[in-house]
Amino acid sequence: MNARNIQAGVLSVTLLVVFLAVWHVLTTTSSHEADATRMTAAQVEILTGKGMAEADIEAWSKQGLTFDQLDQIAGLGLGRDEIEAAGGIQSFGFTTGGAAEEAETGFPSPGQVWREASEQIFDPFHDRGPNDKGIGIQLAYSLARVLTGFVLAMIVAVPLGFLIGMSPLWSAAINPYVQVLKPISPLAWLPVALFLIKDSEKASIFVIFICSVWPMLINTAFGVANVKQDWLNIAQTLELSKLKTAFRVILPAAAPTILTGMRISIGIAWLVIVAAEMVIGGVGVGYFVWNEWNGLNLASMIFAIVIIGVVGLILDIALGQTLRLIEYKE
Amino acid sequence: MSMDKDPFDPNVDLWNECSERGADENDPPRSIADVLKAPENVERENNAFLAKRAHKFDTEDPSATMYRALESSLLHAIFKTDTNRRKFLKGVGAATAAGVIGSMVPFEALASMAKDAMKNIEKKDLKIGFVPITCATPIIAGHALGFYNKYGLNVDIIKTAGWAVARDKCMNGEYDASHLLAPMPAAMSMGLGSASQDWRMVTNVNTNGQAIVLANKHKDKQDPKDWKGFKFGVPFEYSMHNLLLRLYVAEHGIDPDKDIQIRVIPPPEMVANLRAENVDGYLAPDPFNQRAVYDGVGFIHKLTKEIWDQHPCCCFGISQKFIDENPNTFITLLTAILDATYTAEKADQRVRFAESMAPRNYLNQPEAVLKQILTGVYPDGLGNIKKVPDRISFMPYPTQSMGTWILSQLRRWDYIKSDVDYKTISDKVFMSAETEKNMKDMAEANSSLEWKDIPEVKYPVYDVYGKKYNPEKIQEYITSFDITRVS
Repeated sequence: MNARNIQAGVLSVTLLVVFLAVWHVLTTTSSHEADATRMTAAQVEILTGKGMAEADIEAWSKQGLTFDQLDQIAGLGLGRDEIEAAGGIQSFGFTTGGAAEEAETGFPSPGQVWREASEQIFDPFHDRGPNDKGIGIQLAYSLARVLTGFVLAMIVAVPLGFLIGMSPLWSAAINPYVQVLKPISPLAWLPVALFLIKDSEKASIFVIFICSVWPMLINTAFGVANVKQDWLNIAQTLELSKLKTAFRVILPAAAPTILTGMRISIGIAWLVIVAAEMVIGGVGVGYFVWNEWNGLNLASMIFAIVIIGVVGLILDIALGQTLRLIEYKE
Repeated sequence: MSMDKDPFDPNVDLWNECSERGADENDPPRSIADVLKAPENVERENNAFLAKRAHKFDTEDPSATMYRALESSLLHAIFKTDTNRRKFLKGVGAATAAGVIGSMVPFEALASMAKDAMKNIEKKDLKIGFVPITCATPIIAGHALGFYNKYGLNVDIIKTAGWAVARDKCMNGEYDASHLLAPMPAAMSMGLGSASQDWRMVTNVNTNGQAIVLANKHKDKQDPKDWKGFKFGVPFEYSMHNLLLRLYVAEHGIDPDKDIQIRVIPPPEMVANLRAENVDGYLAPDPFNQRAVYDGVGFIHKLTKEIWDQHPCCCFGISQKFIDENPNTFITLLTAILDATYTAEKADQRVRFAESMAPRNYLNQPEAVLKQILTGVYPDGLGNIKKVPDRISFMPYPTQSMGTWILSQLRRWDYIKSDVDYKTISDKVFMSAETEKNMKDMAEANSSLEWKDIPEVKYPVYDVYGKKYNPEKIQEYITSFDITRVS
């Protein structure tokens, strides 16, 4: 590693540490002991008159409940058992300090996120039913869908890209359709796909296909169209057939551009699958995010987002390395 | 009702109607009890008879449970309301009643039919969809507490992201049956909002269970008249939530299409939207009402129970195709759901049910929130504690009145574009025609039994937010409102 890489690494890590520190400070509240309320003798008498046990009065007032609140509880005839059955006095939002306050702060702290994350990371393949599977299993399903859709897109995009690249006539003819279909969001495709395809798995793969085909198509066309004219001339001189020209000359020359297109496409495909799974459900990382959102478990959602980002990064690096293998400096 | 209650016992409230209207409204013009003379010492005979039956009833045997459910269904088809049933049984005595009814419907055959159905299940592995809200408690807890297994079914319950997807997955066959909103089977059968496919609402899974929640900043706006310009969320257009919200604000002089904005938001997103101030309030199913209070984002303005007590909410829907192709499975599944529904209704089971549904595989909510909802002891976000045990209720029988009310409101707000034959559609969707056929056959077999009173009883009059809803006079009901899209 050269000096600059090391410097970049140190800077990166410093930025991360600063970010985490700021996050921590902004989201952690100090929890303190509950402020106990003192009950006057008269108040205690009213409460016991309504049937409340003295032990309960003491326990609850220690946790910060006011006389009015205890009066209400007594008036409804609720004893300790019923309060416990309803989730415990802490869950009513009346007590001060401790758990009650923690329930109310909005954004989770880095510590909370880490706690959720470790729960998931250290048990990645659990299977507690169709709606609760480990993050490893969810990722596997999502990746499978992405790769299927991506490969399908590749099979369509590359040959079509060649056609468009090699023939200005076809390019002009197909271009309007490409431009119209390209900007359509995957979430707009989804209901249509569901309606026509009648199977949610196939519909989500279709959506990945239809959204990731464009970068590959356009880049392939561009790469093919911009092959050095000299090389084409030589091929013509050598009397190579069109097919041979395509495979032996154009493909290697256009390969870097095609692979760049693939890199962009895989990023889009990964993006799309999360969105599609949030709507369709099933098993997958998008469903995982949705499930945690459903439970309003922000810490888990943040963890999921980080995982999505990391996997996207890995996919990108994988394709980037492949790119490095096949490109050659002139 | 629970499976512990004997359908032939005149002293129990079988179908949870104790809270409903009094005895007079639904008296058939000529009481059935007049037809058969009341024997003496009815009380003593009753008790002896019931004791003998209780002795034979083994709660551990699932086919016995199914048999009891079938008995109850049959009596419901005959009497339609608990008051009639009790009058009849008190008048003629449980033993005689069993004899009379048994002479027309061979109960032994019914018992063996139950056993046979369970042995010949066509499709053991089922996929049932559910949306993660407490309305689906019988379906969810049915899985968590083993009710499906008890009847020999291997059910996977699949969490669905929203009602549109639930509908789509139902229609393309990915789900064998599903938790649906009460208006949805009707909408799907009529082809509203989708292609048309025949779906049946087989049973309610719950009644009540919703609430209107407002953001904390509106604590001083408790009168709906101040809600002009507000944005409200509802889970789906074809839902009781939408219809009840519209009814409620319209009764306070607000036009739901002109003065407020109603948007469709999936229930899980409601609390987040409330916090982000995207909506001012919502009418949603629990747990998202109590969750808003728990998270300190909003308060509960009104429980829908206070608008229409025991209103239908969510249902268990199955396609007509499935019923036709898998009748035994259908009956077994229905019994399992009924069993779970009846058990969920019991006060002493609520905590157990709440705890079973908290994990990620099911509702994925804090246990305390679920407990507050199911026990009905909860903070309302305004500093009060409330105790409303039937805040959510699990009452399985859909009645035609409920069905036609839904249709009338869909018409009122112009979701249904032209007048329809409410009764026919409601009959088709909400209750099987077989029960009516059964009743007619019985009448033919025994001329001393008068059934002509029954159609009136089939459509009981409801009290909906202070207004009487008479299903015989639907058109008048629709036009009787000040605010309506239909004149």
